[in-house]
Order: sequence, then C-alpha cells, then structure tokens
Amino acid sequence: MLTVRIVPCLDVSAGRVVKGVRFQNQRDAGSPPERAQAYEAQGADEIVLLDVAATPAGRRARLDVVRSVRAALSIPLTVGGGVADVEDAARLLDAGADKVSVNSAALRDPSLVDCLARRFGSQCTVLAIDAASVPGGGWQALAHSGVEASGRDAVEWAREVGRRGAGEILLTSWDRDGTGDGYDLDLITAVAGATTVPLIASGGAGQAEHVRAAVAAGAGAVLAASIFHDGVLTVGRLKRELSSHGIAVRS
Amino acid sequence: MSALRISVVATGTANTASVLAGLRRAGGDPRLTEEPHDIEHAAAVVLPGVGTLGAAMSGLRALGLDDVLARRIREGRATLAVCLGLQLMCEASDESPGDSGLGILPARVGRLTGDVRVPHMGWNLVTPAAVPGTLVEPGYAYFANSYRLQAEPAGWHASVVDYGGTWVAALERGAVLACQFHPELSGSWGTALLKRWIARAGGVPC
Repeated sequence: MLTVRIVPCLDVSAGRVVKGVRFQNQRDAGSPPERAQAYEAQGADEIVLLDVAATPAGRRARLDVVRSVRAALSIPLTVGGGVADVEDAARLLDAGADKVSVNSAALRDPSLVDCLARRFGSQCTVLAIDAASVPGGGWQALAHSGVEASGRDAVEWAREVGRRGAGEILLTSWDRDGTGDGYDLDLITAVAGATTVPLIASGGAGQAEHVRAAVAAGAGAVLAASIFHDGVLTVGRLKRELSSHGIAVRS
Repeated sequence: MSALRISVVATGTANTASVLAGLRRAGGDPRLTEEPHDIEHAAAVVLPGVGTLGAAMSGLRALGLDDVLARRIREGRATLAVCLGLQLMCEASDESPGDSGLGILPARVGRLTGDVRVPHMGWNLVTPAAVPGTLVEPGYAYFANSYRLQAEPAGWHASVVDYGGTWVAALERGAVLACQFHPELSGSWGTALLKRWIARAGGVPC
C-alpha cells in the first residue's frame, strides 16, 4: 500500500532556510543541508527545497545549495524557485534534484509543462500552484511568489497541467500559508477531484489533525514548514499520530 | 579493501547526481561513462533511467551501448538497472509504441491500471521472493513510475509491490539486479540494498 508522504519544505533565501507568513516577513530557520538531514533522520519521506528569492530577483535557483542538500540526503529532493525553462530544470537535476517544480514560468507559457514531461518524464515534473481564494468563491493561481495575479482559475489550471504531463501538483493555499490554521480543505477537495495525478497539500499545517483532514480530502502527501522548523511537531511524532488513526505511513 | 569501481551509464536524462551520491554512500566508487569499452569491461555497471523507453533506447543506440549492456546482463555480470532501467530490459513498452527495448526479458511493459493516481509516487512496501539469500529484503522503497512490468518472468527472483494490482518491484539473478523503485532514494533501506549489491558484485570475477 502506498503510504502518505510527510514532506518538510525548506524555503531558501540567500543560502539560508527562511519562513514567513503568506510569503512575507521571513525569519531565519537554519542551514539547508543540516535541516534536510535532521528531517530525514526524523522520518521525512521527501524534501522540497524552494528558492523563494529566485523568481522575484530574477535569479536561478542556487545550485550550490542543491548540491549540498543532495549530498546530505538519501531520500527524494524536489527543487523549485525561478525555473524558467528546460535548461534551468536540467541544471537542477544535474546538481542533484530528483524532481523539478515550476510555477510562474508555466503560467506564462503552459507548454513548458509538456516540454519538461517529454524531456525528463512526468515523474520529474512537479507543477506548483499558489492558490488564493477570490471573493464570490473559487481560487486564483498566483505567480511570482504570490505577488502577481495570473487570472487563471486554480482548479482549471490543475486540470490543464495534469493533461499536459505534470506528474504531481504541489498545491499551496496562499491564504493559509504560515498561519497554522489548517490546510484549505475545500481547495484540496476541488483539485483532487479535477485531476488524477498525486497531490501534495501545502499551506496552513498547525497540528496533526490538520494533516489527517488533508489526507481525507484527497492529498497523497502533505508539506509543512513552520510546524517542523519551530519544533511544534517532529516528523516522527506526526507519523505516530497518523498511524494511530489508521493512516498508512512509512515507519 | 579498496572501493568497488562502478561504471554508471551517462544516459543524459536520469537523476544521475542522486545515483552517484547513493553509490558513494554505499561504499562504491562510481564514475560516469558513455564508452562501450568501459561498459563491456567494468566490474560493475549501473544503468539509471528516467524518462521514456523510446528516448532512452535511442540514446543507448546512438552511443553503441545497447548490445554491450544486453550481453553483460545475459552473461550475468554485475549490473544494476534502476527504474526505467528495468523496463529497458523488456521487449517493448506501451509508453513508446513502435520502439523496442533490450529484449532480455520476454515481456511488454504496460501502464498502471485500476482506481489509482498515476504516476505511482512515493513509498510502498516491497515483498521479496520467498527464497533465501535474495538481495532485496522486505521494506519500504521509493517509487516514481507510471508504467510497470506485471508478470514475473521465469528464471528470475521477483520482488513484488501492490498498487492497482500486484506487479514487479525488482528482479534479481546472481549479481544482476533490476529495481523499478529507486534504491538511491530509499533511505537507509535503499543504502543497505546497494551495499549488498556492491558486495555481491565485488565477489564476481571480471
């Protein structure tokens, strides 16, 4: 049986792990390889590394950080942030990423998803969606670390990228990011119903109960940053709680 | 004892950095190569693979590596095929209609079926063949695949996994090991498997 994946996320800026609320007011949370290794030791199933300063600053994700994290890990590593084209993705894979996550560049040119899937395979191609709720219902996909509206409906966008060959959707609720108020369950349910690819829920984890609810809503993996960085929960304790409620996790 | 020299086929599209890091962690001395002579004579070879069967096979043919790889696997010389590497050993795949694989296994690879999300992405329980001395032991391995080999071929010890039905997670025969999962990404369980393969590969005269 496929287990539910617990995925700590390292938002990296200038070579350090940072974490903010709704992508703002970032505070320091340590060194990327040390954090990654500590989470693997706790039982993390995968690590996501996002270079949060890459797109706003127009920089490419820092390859040296990817190399150092890769060397410290024996579990999968997904890297995103500022991936503009197939060559950027190739450089990240070459530096030690196993999967590459794209967001803003795919909103600008959706055919990038097709190109990545053709060149590296769907299983390497992660599409990240930063979804913000809109007045009157529904969600909109945001670009450039949440500062730019794309005009695309997030659920429709998820459906489209699945068709184009994305192998996984990393779905972040902009409204819940860093708040600890729980995942946006309506958003997860809507996207899970619109696609057949695996879904990583992100944004809002504050306690184990939130993770259980996200899984029940259709997420196959859950991403969290603040609760792990701040020591509210360890990956191991979260897995024990999930397991005690009958959710299959890797022990 | 010095570390076992391992030739890793430079397929160009695979997650080679992770494969190299995993082999080093397991005590091996991996080098990337695309030289048929290296693949022919190396004590141990790793065939990593990410992407489609058609693209990977045209890459191997362009480098003149398809025949030497097929020969060393048929001869039972130490070889580790990872993920797509296992599928390349088959005759063909529904993923690349019209293309042919290395043809070592008389089988065709098909797409995952059943009420499951595809790709099969994450950690799943691997159950080895019920014979003593297999390289693969029971445990959780990391998978990322949309296609799979369903039936166990004769003459190989097959480990299996369940996702939309039961299918082949790994095949082994002597020092030849083919894994649909990624041992290099399967934590300490995967590292231990790589160590056992390296130990067995090191014991085979070349």
